Order: sequence, then C-alpha cells, then structure tokens
Amino acid sequence: MNLTLKIWRQKDSKAKGQMVDYKVTEISEHMSFLEMMDVLNEQLVNTGEEPVAFDHDCREGICGMCSMYINGEAHGPDRGVTTCQLHMRMFKDGDTITIEPFRAAAFPVIKDLVVDRMAFERIQQAGGYISVNTSGNTQDANSLPISKHAADEAMDAATCIGCGACVATCKNSSAMLFVGAKVSQYALLPQGQVEAADRVRNMVAQMDLEGFGNCTNTGACEIECPKGISLENIARMNRELMKASI
Amino acid sequence: MSGFFKSSIGRKVAMALSAFFLMFFLLQHFAINLLSVFSADLFNEVSHFMGTNWLIQFALQPVLIFGVVFHFVMGFILEIRNKKAQGVSYAKNNGAANSTWMSRNMIYSGIAILAFIILHFIDFWFPEINVKFIQGDWSGVHEGVEGYRYFHELQEKFVSPIRVGAYVIAFVFLGLHLLHGFTSAFQSMGATAGRKKTLQNIGTAYSIIIPLGFIIIALFHHLNHH
Repeated sequence: MNLTLKIWRQKDSKAKGQMVDYKVTEISEHMSFLEMMDVLNEQLVNTGEEPVAFDHDCREGICGMCSMYINGEAHGPDRGVTTCQLHMRMFKDGDTITIEPFRAAAFPVIKDLVVDRMAFERIQQAGGYISVNTSGNTQDANSLPISKHAADEAMDAATCIGCGACVATCKNSSAMLFVGAKVSQYALLPQGQVEAADRVRNMVAQMDLEGFGNCTNTGACEIECPKGISLENIARMNRELMKASI
Repeated sequence: MSGFFKSSIGRKVAMALSAFFLMFFLLQHFAINLLSVFSADLFNEVSHFMGTNWLIQFALQPVLIFGVVFHFVMGFILEIRNKKAQGVSYAKNNGAANSTWMSRNMIYSGIAILAFIILHFIDFWFPEINVKFIQGDWSGVHEGVEGYRYFHELQEKFVSPIRVGAYVIAFVFLGLHLLHGFTSAFQSMGATAGRKKTLQNIGTAYSIIIPLGFIIIALFHHLNHH
C-alpha cells in the first residue's frame, strides 16, 4: 500500500504545531498502525529528519499509551482496539490518513503525537484506591461473598486502561467515562464501601479541577472506548455522588 | 448539598431536573392545545381557568419562567465551559462515526427553540400579561367576540402562513432536541440502569408525538380558519 500521511508535528509543549504531509510506500496490510509509523520514522531517520514522536509501550492493546486520533476517531476507524491493534487492512491503497494527538485542554501536547495524561493519575490519586494493608495477611478470596453479577460488573469497569480515548473523542473533552469506571469498580464491591462517599466526591472534584468538560451523554466515549466501558458507569457515578451529597 | 450543584455532575443533574419540569409542562400544554381541535368551548373554559387561577398564575407561572430561564442559561454556561475544555480543535473529526447529530448539536436546536419561545412570548404571553396585570382585565372576554376570547385569539394567530411556517420549523427543532434530551436527562440522573432501551423508546415516541401534535394543531387551525 502507498499512503499519504497528514501528521501533527509540534516541536515541544510551547511550540505552535502544524499538519505536515508524508508519503510512505510498500506498507503491508498486515502491519499494525504503529508498525506503519515505525516504517515512516525509519524513513525520516534515513533522510536526516526528526522522527515523529508517539507514545507506545505494550503493543498488545492493554497499556493504553498510543494516543492517536486517526481520520477523525480515537485509535482510528476500528472498534474495541487501541492504535497498536489497528491494522493497515482497515485502509485502502492510495488513502490519505490524518493523524493527530488526543485533543483536550487537560491533555496538553508534549511533542508531536505525545500528550500529557497525568491528569488521569491525579484523579486516581484523589480516591481511586482502597486503604487496605494487603502485605502478609491476605484473606482467602472466598471469605467475602460477592454476587457474580456485581463481580462481573466491577471487573468490566476495572478493564479501563486509562488511555484517554473517551476524553479525546468527547466533544466536551469530558473524562466522565474514565472516572465513572474507576468509581464503579470499587462502588460495586464491599471492599469499596468504606471510602465510597469520599472517593466519588474527591475524584469528581479533581476531575473538575483538571479542567475536563461536562458530559452531555452523546455516547461517543462508549463507542470509541477500546475496552467497551459502558455509559452505565457514568450513571452509577452520578448516583454515587448524589448519594454522597445528601 | 450546595457543593454538589457546583460540581460538573451537579450541574448535569440541575439541567436534567429543569428538563423534566419542562417536558411535563410541554405535555400539559399539548393536552390543552389539543382541546382546541375538538371543542372551542372546552378550550376556552380550560384556558380561562389556567389564565385566572391564582395558584397557577402566582405560584406555578413564576416556577415555569424560572425553569425556562434556568434551562437556557445553564445550557449556555455548560456550552461555554465545554468549549474551554476542548482546547485545540481537530483538523479532522468524524463525529458522525460515534454519536447522533442531535446529541452533538443540542446547543443549536436549543437556540432555535429559544428563538421560538421569544416569538411565542411576543405572540401570546406579553399580550396576556398586558391585559391581566397592566390593564387589570381578568374577565377573559373581548369586545366583539362571543364567549371567552382565547379560541378566537388562537385562530387569529394561525392565519399567517409565515407564522405557521416558523412554528413548524421550531417544533421540528424541538423534536430533534427531545430525541437526545429525553434519555439524556434520565442518564444524568443515573436512572437508566436496566431500562435504557425502554426509556429510549418512550423518549422517541414523546419526541415525535408531542412536536408533531403541536404542528398538526397549528395546521388544523390555519386550514380551518374562516
């Protein structure tokens, strides 16, 4: 496949970025999108140009680092995948592909396609944990009965990898799917009940402080989420905050 | 609790509560307007009751005005805050791939409805306030009109095809607004668990039947005016 790539290039966080066109040739349809980016970067290095900076780690679809907005969608046109699991067979020979970093005021660009998602870490630090000492005195897993339904729902929420696709795709740059998932995974389990009220209050307060927008229930985040986190988690967070505020 | 309404989720809940109130108001407004198709006398009687009952005029009417103003002001505030949260715009954004046009354009359908409400206030509400609160005439009758004046006034308003056209366009936008807004309000209240599909079906029915009903009533009076 021969492709034209329109890529956002930005020298550093303070620089003014712009879209730059590149050509790549002989791309295999079996390559992942990141492998295609590797080919481009090899080409750029060989011609003495600065390679395109992009985040990646596991390349197995579980780390959530590859923050790319491809042809107008977070992680590109495929569903339930991160960029590393997006394959070039989703595109056609001769296509022009637009590649941008995730956009949100709370996700400033560090360089090219790399964005700072530390806001998510600070939200997690505000309450995304349970205060239990697990060193040396771990209980048997079945000593605390939990219904299968609750365990499954908590597990579904816990599959959120914090990639930020929800924020990137939301027209309001809202982080409510991420925070809803993190609140839910504890709210559904007995271990999370002790700090439930403080958790939701503190995490929502931090989310607002970071400058994320307000959810208007478009549902775009749920569609673009590589882990299929349900909107129900946002509804549960809303209920949890109402309960904690009364 | 005051801290709750300062949070992003609290604002969503406040928006949803005002939406529920307005949707309920719309339903009763529709029911009364529908009477005008079947019986001019009954429409006159109910309109006179609504227009002269002190509880409705001095307790419910201010709440309604507050609800309308609050919904619009909060809608604009949230839109401005959300625009600020976006930062730099995408060079290419495919919103249609993951969301409906209605959900992405609530602010524009809302502005169209606001424009209609201003027209509606000029047409009906301001003259009504003038007659009752400035001229002090609570009789509900008008010189040269047999019985109460309300049905006659309604018919007069729907003579102009331009006004009827504007009315139809506004109600199409209201339908689009409701197609997203109805279920969205329940989602904001956290009340969608296990009943999302049912709520979506009820919301779709409400969003089509009510605006279409208002349009049919307007066309009915436009075509039947002698």
